[in-house]
Amino acid sequence: MKPEHFNIIIIGAGPSGLSAAVRASEQNVSYLLLEAEQAPASTIRNYLRGKLVMAEPRGLPLRSPLPFTAALRETVLETWEKTIADHNINVRYGAKVLDLHRATKWLEIELTDGTKLTADHVVLAIGVQGNLRKLEIPGGDLPQVQYQLDDPQAYQDETIVVIGGGDSGVENALALTGRNQVIILNRAEDFSNCKDSNLNQLTDARKRGALDWLLETKPQAIETNARGEFPITIFANTSNGVERIPCHRVIARLGALPSRPLLESFGVGFPTPDLAALPLLSTHYESNVPGLYIIGALAGYPLIKQGINQGYEVIEYILGNPVEPADTALLREKFANFCNDRGVDDVLEKIRKSVPLLAMLNTLQLRELVLESNILLPESGDIIFKRNDYSTTFFFIVEGELDVLIDEDNVPDATLKAGEFFGEMALISGRRRTGTVRARTSCVLIETPRRVMQKLIGSVQSMRRMLDEVAIKTAVHIGIGLSLSEKDLNDLATNATLKNYAAGEELFHEGDEADGLYLIQRGSVTVSRMIGGREVVLFYVAAGHYVGEMSLVSGEPRYGTVRAAIETQAVLIEAGRMRDIIARNPEIRSVLDARYMQHLQEQEKRQQMETMQDSSGSLNQQTTPSNLISFLIQQGVGEATDVLLIDESLCIRCNHCEQACADTHGGATRLDRDTGPIFANIRVPTSCRHCEHPHCMKDCPPDAIHRAPHGEVYIDDSCIGCGNCQVNCPYDVIQMAVVHDQPERSLWQMMLGIQPKSSPNIDGPKVAVKCDMCKDIADGPVCVRACPVGAALRVNPEALLSYASDASGEAALLGSDEV
Amino acid sequence: MQRSNIFDYKHYFYFKIAVVVILLAFAAYLIFEPTVGHYGGSWLGYVLGTLSAIMVLWMAWYGVRKRRYRGSGATQGWLSAHIYLGTALTVLVTLHSGFHFGLNVHTLAYGLLLVVVISGFFGNYTYMIYPRQMTENMGEDNLDGLLLRIAEADKLARQIALIMPDNINNTVARACSETSIGIGLLEQLRGYQPNCPTALAVEQLTLMGNDLSTEQRKPYRELYSIMVRRQSLVKRARQDLMYRSRLGFWLYFHVPFTIALLMAMIAHIVAVFFYW
Ligand SMILES: Cc1cc2nc3c(=O)[nH]c(=O)nc-3n(C[C@H](O)[C@H](O)[C@H](O)COP(=O)(O)OP(=O)(O)OC[C@H]3O[C@@H](n4cnc5c(N)ncnc54)[C@H](O)[C@@H]3O)c2cc1C
Ligand code: HEM
Ligand code: SF4
Ligand code: SF4
Repeated sequence: MKPEHFNIIIIGAGPSGLSAAVRASEQNVSYLLLEAEQAPASTIRNYLRGKLVMAEPRGLPLRSPLPFTAALRETVLETWEKTIADHNINVRYGAKVLDLHRATKWLEIELTDGTKLTADHVVLAIGVQGNLRKLEIPGGDLPQVQYQLDDPQAYQDETIVVIGGGDSGVENALALTGRNQVIILNRAEDFSNCKDSNLNQLTDARKRGALDWLLETKPQAIETNARGEFPITIFANTSNGVERIPCHRVIARLGALPSRPLLESFGVGFPTPDLAALPLLSTHYESNVPGLYIIGALAGYPLIKQGINQGYEVIEYILGNPVEPADTALLREKFANFCNDRGVDDVLEKIRKSVPLLAMLNTLQLRELVLESNILLPESGDIIFKRNDYSTTFFFIVEGELDVLIDEDNVPDATLKAGEFFGEMALISGRRRTGTVRARTSCVLIETPRRVMQKLIGSVQSMRRMLDEVAIKTAVHIGIGLSLSEKDLNDLATNATLKNYAAGEELFHEGDEADGLYLIQRGSVTVSRMIGGREVVLFYVAAGHYVGEMSLVSGEPRYGTVRAAIETQAVLIEAGRMRDIIARNPEIRSVLDARYMQHLQEQEKRQQMETMQDSSGSLNQQTTPSNLISFLIQQGVGEATDVLLIDESLCIRCNHCEQACADTHGGATRLDRDTGPIFANIRVPTSCRHCEHPHCMKDCPPDAIHRAPHGEVYIDDSCIGCGNCQVNCPYDVIQMAVVHDQPERSLWQMMLGIQPKSSPNIDGPKVAVKCDMCKDIADGPVCVRACPVGAALRVNPEALLSYASDASGEAALLGSDEV
Repeated sequence: MQRSNIFDYKHYFYFKIAVVVILLAFAAYLIFEPTVGHYGGSWLGYVLGTLSAIMVLWMAWYGVRKRRYRGSGATQGWLSAHIYLGTALTVLVTLHSGFHFGLNVHTLAYGLLLVVVISGFFGNYTYMIYPRQMTENMGEDNLDGLLLRIAEADKLARQIALIMPDNINNTVARACSETSIGIGLLEQLRGYQPNCPTALAVEQLTLMGNDLSTEQRKPYRELYSIMVRRQSLVKRARQDLMYRSRLGFWLYFHVPFTIALLMAMIAHIVAVFFYW
């Protein structure tokens, strides 16, 4: 039988696909919409019940016949279902696409049920959520087997088997305990893939007998039972043979399949091997497979409104109608003060011509970049950013010249010209700016957020290479010598190599031959030595510093082991080259020598302390500085830029810190004083560490998480409440809460400490809230200032860890700072 | 381990001020002997009295200040000043009185001040010693966590006790339902329950295990260990509540008596000016 043929087949009835289908039906072309599930928009359907769906970016106009405004999830779904009915959309549910490829005349599609279809054009809009991995075993499709848990409250007194030892599996299992008998099957030998907080709760729950688990266990088959209390039995392969577990329900959380392999099987090309890379697309969203268009989340546009607009545009493009993309109006606004006499495309072309790095992007990518960036027009003398600021944006120079000031004197150390770029160190290290940049003439700059740059670097190979080269050069320049000649500098830079290390990996080992000097670019490392048969951490070295100079100077083997505390990137300069430079540059020689002597002294002191405490036993062995460093690094201090600590030997548990935070931050405290690990009377409470590379920023659809110049990581009011950041933060410090104004307290209430009654009916959208370090409050963090006894303190980990590794140990850790 | 606490705040800055204030007051008291003798109505009495009144108001303002979270500065500094200057204040007031006490509103105000100050000293003492002990008692746990674990232990214990002989079952049931954790202020402050049913149960269980059948032995041992665990959990929870209540209860004197003091002080001033 000849397969059915359509002009356009749209795959995926999410917002993007629906929008395309509605537009196609308006245009009276032959089309078909395919949806894997039994109802449209499964991603939105899976939001929590009652979630407010937000319509970001606010400025972007909606131009599709598919209506969409910010509303409750239920309302949005209803509206869309009504639109589907009104337009009589030709949709086929339960139609999951398995294969797609280009035949000579048209595109051929195969569904999981074997149906074959053909089309002249295919619009792929399957999003990035849908492809949950399923159990590929007999019985994996029984109705008692589910791949998601929407409402844990819905199950009572059941025996439930949860398959999967990742975070989502564990979280589901924990949510079901108490009312149900829960057993987790984990393929691995432990739960080391889980977040610490989940792991702790899990072990706790098991201790309490609230749940149980089987490790190194693989499910084999699921069978229905004809009789008895339990409707199904799952057979699982354990290390002690096959185990049979009768149960009511199986919840399998096996993770989602990345969309890339699927797309590759369709023949879609990607620019880089990076798994996060986005498919190659033309300005009309067409992939390298002729006739195959990709839109929405799958194409890298994470918000609903963007997807809906693209659904409209893609149909117009297919029909050959020229449309101006919906964001053109926004671009025009961006260019309001700059070249406003020319058309948007013209200006984009001009930008592309003036900045070689941007010439590497295709038009779609360039538009996206400019949309997410600011156009700055500084005058001569204006400062773009200052040394030691925390800011994570990246700058392209379209016109003008700028000075770079690296050291204290007011003499420019370098000049930047039109076509160049700067700010790449912040992209890499996430630490403070290493120099001040000041406009020399009036300039035109494009300021791009780190997230956007990273997305591009992941997709554009040549851009990454170029940025790496420049970053190495800057690192060498700042790290070992402003005094080097241009030739030496270039020579060093071209021969240096960029190395990446996972947390815990060694850069080099005690006793090794010295292979060179390591400039830590991002992350941080610990330096340790074997003392009295155990590994003792001596120092902590943060990004922006270097390690490995000791052996270079002395010529002896490596004095200690250097290990990445978190994911780390370093520039390695070969020993031979370094020695050569040292020989020829007395200035560098004396700097390194001085450091060498200083290190030697410190190490001697530290070593004595460790061994003294070891043998005397009078000082609690636990509290040696090296243990304290290890503890703090475990708590994420290695990647933090500011941590809240509570001195439990002073804290009177009055909760003023939390109260003060809640009072000044819309009623929701952003720190949890009494949870968090304690070491030597120091608690690291559950509160934001303001990470160097905030994990929370990774996947925020409206890009609502930012970093302020002093390092504060904060969430602005474009948050859509999707909860991604909450999941991504490894320290569990983000909560979803309704923010509302706090009632004023009267004088009496304040004096007598009476809590004003807060109105109970607080509804409103739940958004992500976290510590913003009180960046908008003069005088700084209220938690610290509200503590009557001075038990709460905020510290900068670089200072903290060097205190900790200082010879006087714990006393120095907290003693020497005046709050 | 020392970081700056409320006492050595800014290198004992407020302590030094308090010492200077006290010395000045004593010096003035000894050097200037007013012709009318030492009492509140002398010119020195007025000076000391006015100063004290202002200081009392400022002391009482601390309660407001510590809840003005948007204000500037650190509460820690304020408390340090509160403590030292409060002590100095007591000396000033005493000198102000010229040691003339009697059954009148003036002495009432003085008495109330003493209650406030003495309770303040007690509070200070609790702040100094309990936080460390609390940490030792609780480690990384918190009270809610302990209570939850106690509830879990109960469930388990009751379950196992069902298959045990009646006397064991009853003992366990009684321990689970009659053990109280910090009910009432008195019990909280004491930190224990006299004849704690859980402790009794553990004691009795040791004796009851003798005449059990072999298949009852294993669950019995389990039950016993659960009850022992319950006992230590209960003890820790009570301790924690005890520390908390001791850290807080003195404020029930400190604050109401502050209010009373303010009233009495107004009465005292009014009386002095209008009826003297
Ligand atoms: C919890 C959460 C909250 C969010 N909140 C917001 C918000 O408030 N505002 C906002 O703008 N954005 C929000 N987002 C982002 C938004 O959901 C996505 O940008 C949007 O859904 C993307 O639309 P899409 O059409 O590209 O893909 P999707 O909405 O994911 O739709 C893809 C559809 O394709 C189907 N499908 C998948 N595979 C196949 C296949 N092989 N064959 C056939 N069909 C298939 C799926 O079943 C699904 O229905 C949120 C995201 C999450 C996870
Ligand atoms: C006239 C004398 C005093 C007055 C009017 C006064 C008043 C107050 C008030 C109103 C509070 C706020 C309580 C609250 O709202 O939580 C307070 C707290 C306190 N006072 Fe006093 N006080 C006086 C003297 C002292 C003295 C002499 C000491 C100690 C030696 C002292 C120690 C304290 C302490 C420790 C606190 C608790 C701080 C906190 O937890 O925030 N007070 N006092
Ligand atoms: S919220 Fe979490 S991930 Fe983000 S900066 Fe804070 S601690 Fe780091
Ligand atoms: S304000 Fe200070 S004393 Fe009070 S609970 Fe917080 S840290 Fe402890």
